Amino acid sequence: MNTADNVVEMRSISKGFNGVSVLKDVSFDVRKGEVHALAGGNGAGKSTLMKILQGVYQADAGEILIGGKPVAINSIQDAKSAGIGMVFQEFSLVPSLTVAQNIFLAAEPLGAGGLIDDRASERRAKEVFAEMEVDVDPHAEVSRLGTAYWQLTEIAKALSQNAQVLIMDEPTASLARHESEALFELIDRLKQRGISIIYISHRMDEVYRLADRITILRDGRRLLTEPLTGVTPEQIVEGIVGKKIEGQLAYRERDHVAHEGAPLLEVRGLNAGPRVRDISFAIRPGEILGLAGLMGSGRTELARALFGIDRRDSGEILIRGEKINLSSPQQAIDAGVALIPEDRRAQGLVLDHSVQDNLLLPLLGQIQRGPLLDSAKGKELSSSLIKKFAVKVAHPHRPVRLLSGGNQQKVVIAKWLGTDPDILILDEPTAGVDIGTKSEILDMIRDLANSGKAVIVISSEYPELLAVSDRVLVLKDGSVIRDIPRSEIADEEYLQLAVQGV
Amino acid sequence: MSNANTITPRDTAAPRNFGTMLKELDWRRYVIYIGFVVVFIFFAILLRDQGFLSPQNLLNIFRQTATITVIAVGMTYVISCAEIDLSVGSVAGLSSVCTAMALSQWGLVPGILAGLAVGLVVGSINGALVSLLGIPSFLVTLGMLGIAAGVAQWITASAPQPILNDTFNMLFGSGDFGPVPGLVVWSAIFVAIGAVVLNRTKFGRQVLATGGNRNAAEFTGINTKRIKFQVLLISGTVASVAGMLYAGRLQSGRFQWGSGDELSAIAAVILGGTSLFGGFGSIIGTLFGALLIGLINNGLILAGLDSSQQQVVRGAIIILAVALARKK
Repeated sequence: MNTADNVVEMRSISKGFNGVSVLKDVSFDVRKGEVHALAGGNGAGKSTLMKILQGVYQADAGEILIGGKPVAINSIQDAKSAGIGMVFQEFSLVPSLTVAQNIFLAAEPLGAGGLIDDRASERRAKEVFAEMEVDVDPHAEVSRLGTAYWQLTEIAKALSQNAQVLIMDEPTASLARHESEALFELIDRLKQRGISIIYISHRMDEVYRLADRITILRDGRRLLTEPLTGVTPEQIVEGIVGKKIEGQLAYRERDHVAHEGAPLLEVRGLNAGPRVRDISFAIRPGEILGLAGLMGSGRTELARALFGIDRRDSGEILIRGEKINLSSPQQAIDAGVALIPEDRRAQGLVLDHSVQDNLLLPLLGQIQRGPLLDSAKGKELSSSLIKKFAVKVAHPHRPVRLLSGGNQQKVVIAKWLGTDPDILILDEPTAGVDIGTKSEILDMIRDLANSGKAVIVISSEYPELLAVSDRVLVLKDGSVIRDIPRSEIADEEYLQLAVQGV
Repeated sequence: MSNANTITPRDTAAPRNFGTMLKELDWRRYVIYIGFVVVFIFFAILLRDQGFLSPQNLLNIFRQTATITVIAVGMTYVISCAEIDLSVGSVAGLSSVCTAMALSQWGLVPGILAGLAVGLVVGSINGALVSLLGIPSFLVTLGMLGIAAGVAQWITASAPQPILNDTFNMLFGSGDFGPVPGLVVWSAIFVAIGAVVLNRTKFGRQVLATGGNRNAAEFTGINTKRIKFQVLLISGTVASVAGMLYAGRLQSGRFQWGSGDELSAIAAVILGGTSLFGGFGSIIGTLFGALLIGLINNGLILAGLDSSQQQVVRGAIIILAVALARKK
């Protein structure tokens, strides 16, 4: 291989945080005009590697060569001037400025008297968009545009700074299907112009559609770098999954599952927005239903629709056999539904408030005496919840912020279980939780089902999904593509392939 | 270019006709101009016999709103950067006092420099506390409001400081430049510079970017801490000039000058369409916001309402205007 073809070459990169090694001796290179897919499970080191290339982190060891010459990338500015452009997933544009103003932010063309010439930026933005062969109005204010346009604006911004390499991290996660297709065609055109793309994605069909080569990272090491023509989807999945299911996360048969009898929750032909399309399923008391799917497949959106946050366009939701109109979370709570949201820090907890106050928030009605709150009763109730769910806390009056991720998650679950719901939806219940607490939370979920509740678990971590679910629904593009009983799922690879729709 | 690769335009229509342009026009952003015209016409008809439309009265409106306009120009920078400055009113008061005292002691130029120094010092302290220590500007400037007002009252022992220097009084507020009152010229200069800098310079664009999305601004290489420092410095300095305009117009320095102006200035900025959450600012809007407040004050006086009634009506109009300008 001729190294001169490599626009970027990262040699033997190592990086650790607080003594924990995250990248070990990883080499990675990108050729001119190629799409190089980067894959790996959670914590494999993909994002750390890319952050080193972007100048957010500095490597502990190893070197980076751009166009064959060693360079020091110590800041985002260094990366930019070396021709590395990043297409962020979101939130990297200023919504109140126009498309053109964003593209040339901090690099505005100046006209007479050193004043900013917005017309010149609009003209130049138009040229960039024309080269990209897309139609975006440079004068439009970004806040009024959809996600696809944000992305195009970001790409244009990188190209206007003469980026030779674009890093795209799950770029289709928030795009509709036709928008993704347009993005793929744009990537093809950029390739022809000699621009290289590092494409991070979990979607096998996209990787095969776009990429020339793939690099798989596992546990901070490079597992392989191969042309895609030489690897099968099975090999890639095996490479990403790697280790077998750990003992703690093994599936345990439970005999409480009612296979007969009336469903507690039934959904018929539910449509809600673009990502919940014609979904039907039923769940019985004591059953744990796993929802699997890639990012953007509509799992979270389905949960939101069931909890009355997103409006239902059509279809029916039946609880205990009765049709019910869920148009607000309050109605859902009254009907016995609880949602434990994905982002506990933003949606589940008031971080600066005490553990006790957080626990009691949905239960204030229960501890009221006249117009006042009965603090003795509240103390009693909260300490019983803390005990029941084994929350490790020095004192109920300590702020939740000080707890570990796992204990915070227990507080969120305990908080909602205080309302005694019959139907419980958990969105990524173990995200950012250590392995010990993880198995405690999974036990908690099993106990809840054993006590006759219906539980829906959404998770991107297949081992844990397989550990608790009695049945797995596989979602893709907002529709259910498979409904598989747990007993038919042999291993994680089987589920991975089902999710990919291979 | 094939058709398949253009993403369906949802918000950006390539061919524009007048109808779609009208529909796309964000009229909420222009509510201040509509409101200004409506109130103006209303008073012009209602108060036609009280001399509302006389050139003398119209110039009076400009003159009375000049100091608020000047303060509000600086405030527009602070608010569109998603910060707030509550200390501007008392900075104006302190500056009027320091100018008057230095003027009687050492003469014209030291007097002006003393006034400006008040703004530079207070603005720098505000800016440093906000950008370096990360204390919310609301708290920093709330504290500074008390400190500046207290210092002004303390060093003068609550007594007005007369200014006998005619040149100063002529320059700052009492005099005319040709046929135009000096105060009108001052506010025109501040509005013009303020508008050009905010809309057409790198600094202005960086202020808006910092207010609109601080993370994005950082990633683009903007030093957002420096920007936050600078907007508070500008606001303090501009407020000190407003204090000298009070001193020149009223030919004295006094700790009460400017007290409460922070609220009028914030109202003018918000009425003018600047977002309280940062990211969007309009100096011309601010000018009209200040003029609208002045217009209402003037009209209500001519209509014979007393000051307590004026406050009620003014408050109601401000809430109404902001409610109309609100996004859906």
